[in-house]
Amino acid sequence: MTGRPTKRPVRPAAGQRAVPVPGKTMIRLEGTAARTMRLGHGRLLAVALMFGIGFCVLAGRLVELTVVRGGDGAVANLVPGTIAARPERADIVDRHGLLLATNLSTASLYADAREVLDANRAARRLAKVLPELSLAATAEKLRSDKAFVWLKRNLTPALQDRIHRLGIPGLYFREEQRRLYPHGALAAHVLGFTDVDGNGIAGVEKFFDEELLRRGHAGAPLQLSLDIRVQHALRDELGAAMAKFSAVGAAGLVMNANTGEVLGLASLPDFDPNHPGASPVTSRFNRTSLGVYELGSVFKVFTLAMALDSGTTNLSGSYDASKPIRVSRFTIRDDHPKKRRLSVPEILIYSSNIGAAKMALDVGGKTQRAYLGRFGMLRRPALELPEVGAPLSPSPWRDINTMTVAFGHGLAVSPVQLTSGFAAAVNGGLLLPATLIRHQPGQRGLGVRVIGERTSGQLRRLLRAVVEKGTGGKAEAPGYLVGGKTGTAEKAGVRGYRRRALISSFVAAFPINAPAYVVYVMIDEPKGIKETYGFAAAGWNAAPAAGQVIQRIAPILGVRPVHLGGPAKRQAMAVPGQGGERKVAAN
Amino acid sequence: MTSFARTDTSVVGRWWWTVDRWTLLAVGLLLLIGSLLTLAASPAVAERLKLESLHFIQRQAIFLLPALLALFMASLMTPRGVRRISAIGFVVSLLLMVATLFIGPEIKGATRWLQFAGLSLQPSEFVKPFFAVVAAWMLAEQHREGALPGNLICCLLYGLVTLVLILQPDFGMAVVVSSVWFGQFFIAGLSMLWVGVLVLLGLLGAVAAYATIPHVTIRVDSFLDRASGDTYQIDRALDAFGQGGLFGRGPGEGMVKRVLPDAHTDFIFSVAGEEYGLIVCLVIVALFAFITLRGFARLLREEDLFVLLAGAGLLTQFGLQAVINIGVNLDLLPTKGMTLPFISYGGSSLIALALAMGMVLALTRRRPGGGGGP
Repeated sequence: MTGRPTKRPVRPAAGQRAVPVPGKTMIRLEGTAARTMRLGHGRLLAVALMFGIGFCVLAGRLVELTVVRGGDGAVANLVPGTIAARPERADIVDRHGLLLATNLSTASLYADAREVLDANRAARRLAKVLPELSLAATAEKLRSDKAFVWLKRNLTPALQDRIHRLGIPGLYFREEQRRLYPHGALAAHVLGFTDVDGNGIAGVEKFFDEELLRRGHAGAPLQLSLDIRVQHALRDELGAAMAKFSAVGAAGLVMNANTGEVLGLASLPDFDPNHPGASPVTSRFNRTSLGVYELGSVFKVFTLAMALDSGTTNLSGSYDASKPIRVSRFTIRDDHPKKRRLSVPEILIYSSNIGAAKMALDVGGKTQRAYLGRFGMLRRPALELPEVGAPLSPSPWRDINTMTVAFGHGLAVSPVQLTSGFAAAVNGGLLLPATLIRHQPGQRGLGVRVIGERTSGQLRRLLRAVVEKGTGGKAEAPGYLVGGKTGTAEKAGVRGYRRRALISSFVAAFPINAPAYVVYVMIDEPKGIKETYGFAAAGWNAAPAAGQVIQRIAPILGVRPVHLGGPAKRQAMAVPGQGGERKVAAN
Repeated sequence: MTSFARTDTSVVGRWWWTVDRWTLLAVGLLLLIGSLLTLAASPAVAERLKLESLHFIQRQAIFLLPALLALFMASLMTPRGVRRISAIGFVVSLLLMVATLFIGPEIKGATRWLQFAGLSLQPSEFVKPFFAVVAAWMLAEQHREGALPGNLICCLLYGLVTLVLILQPDFGMAVVVSSVWFGQFFIAGLSMLWVGVLVLLGLLGAVAAYATIPHVTIRVDSFLDRASGDTYQIDRALDAFGQGGLFGRGPGEGMVKRVLPDAHTDFIFSVAGEEYGLIVCLVIVALFAFITLRGFARLLREEDLFVLLAGAGLLTQFGLQAVINIGVNLDLLPTKGMTLPFISYGGSSLIALALAMGMVLALTRRRPGGGGGP
């Protein structure tokens, strides 16, 4: 392969001239040679031009890298012992912009062990300022000959100053961001916490780990749907109920009934995310979103919803609840037996297991599962937390399961699922995914229709009746038209159900004529006390706790109280097929 | 250096008045900056390799004087002398390069070095400039009446050099040698048809290298798609420029030199970016551009084909190496080990570059009837 484009017959040309060139030979520059030189010069110019462009591109890129998008501080992280801090995590704020999590710059002490002259002496002197450090371990680190060893993270300025004054060579400080939760344990199970290196390892901190770093760059806080005032009221009342009834735990949720936004989410016991290690590991268990429980009679709301919505019965229907149902080795009986035929509203108001079971059998297992699926009871909810539990449903789903699920046994769901489903039952029939992120004003949730509006309206009236006349009486918060349902379930143990270990819960919406918020309260293993005549059922503990929560948060949330005496209101909420004003003993 | 009278006709005196003093100044500045940056970058690397802190600095200092000498001596030569030295140098260094295949120790998967007396030598660094001059000679011969079949010889020699380079293997060097060789052919008046064919062949070669050589595939992939591969080095380099900003973090304050294994060679420009900032980096780029383009400008007045081709070849090699190295540092090109002329650490590279630049100075000196002036 030879490119010889300029090879032409050589002939003497007119412009011949002698040119002295280095060396002894004289080359005659001929026409062709002159042309070659001209071409060469032209092409050299082209090459030079390309180089010129190339260098300009390099210069431009340099300006871009250094000035235009310079200084994000990423390289410094890779090298321990630098002054620059890692990129800051974004703050987390509540729906009104109140600070839930932020950062604090602190100094952390490390050593370049190669520069330490006398490891033992340095360790001894350091131990005087930081007595919590083990002398042997520190000396070991200082002898290690490593360029970087942590000695103590996140010092106070006073301690930093004292260590600085020791003047030990080889000891250095590095500025670090420490995550700080100003409200302590208040929203612990929502926020989660970070490890010492600032990586989210639980809660929102973990779920939005990357998002928080990204926002940190942009300087935009992460806004949650929580309302810290609601959260405080909820956690406070849960704590009071838990103490009063000597319970092992409690869970609570406040949700916007029309958007799915979570305004309060608490699980007790909880922990201080500033010092997560100081609490027992069990306190980090989120009963509200991760725990799944057989929640008992609260499920009757769904049973009634599907029966009314599918038309297998109506408000004037009735079921015989005079004697327990026996199916193989199971017996289904009522906790408050009326020993008579009960109307459909009465089944809910008196919480009849027998009635609910029969009602569900009428609906049929397949339809029941379809409805429960639409209510979100059969799949893991999409809440923005890593700690979200998946429901446990019976398999295979036999008739006996249809009957037990009708009153909330045999299907374990998380309180988050239950609350979302309940919201759908009362808000007109739309299921909205529970979310911890604040909706923009005016933003409508993408609801999925679960039941018809009419059914939802019927349920609202029935739920009001439960509070007015039924098991939920103690949940009343005067003026706020509470409607809800109790649920008392025995906890499943190794050998069948444990009769004395209960899950008591109350789920409520207010104001029930046009639900704005849904409140859920669960008390884990409440004990009967003198005041409750030894009873530990939901009507005695979860219901009043929920009432207290509503009493406190309704004014905060701007829900106007209504005068109950007005006949119009009573008329609007009257339950057909329910004679007179018979008041039943609560529970 | 002002004590040479215009009438001084000694060798040095004549040299002073005919050599391109601006280029000389620019090269001197590059060497100065290079020494500074080696001082900055290499102790961190040496410490990481558990060598004495000043290991690389001492070695570079050992090479500095010979390099300056080589630069000066080479620039004293006449074009004919350049040709002669290059012919001899080419043969010797090619033989040494072949020898590396058999007796060279394997370092990082390649046999490119010969070791003696505690110093290691990379013959391919010397082959590069010598081959450029020899190729220029052969191409010029083609245009002389009744002379050698220059083009053919040139092609054969090129094939030989690239073969050995690929056997080593040293693809980066092969790319530079090929580009310079092609550039010289282009300037020598290659017909556009052949230009097209060679460009096509070059592209084919690149695609073939991408398809068959795993580490080339990885590097190109990770360049094209950040997520696909390990982009640690280049990410750190980019961070370094961001950290440096306009004026840099200050001498010795850089961090990138502590994490990048090749901070004293391939990524020294990033160290400059971090510690000294945009302005010094722009000065470095400007110096490279100045030397390259000024050299070209002087060659434009040159009437001797050999001088034109040899000078263009050497300058192209110099400029290309700078552009590729800086381009890699700035993430404009896939990662490719390539030293930054006069700045990166490396004895063989330094001396070979000094020699090459000396030859450029020799070729662009003002001669009666030649180019290079005024």
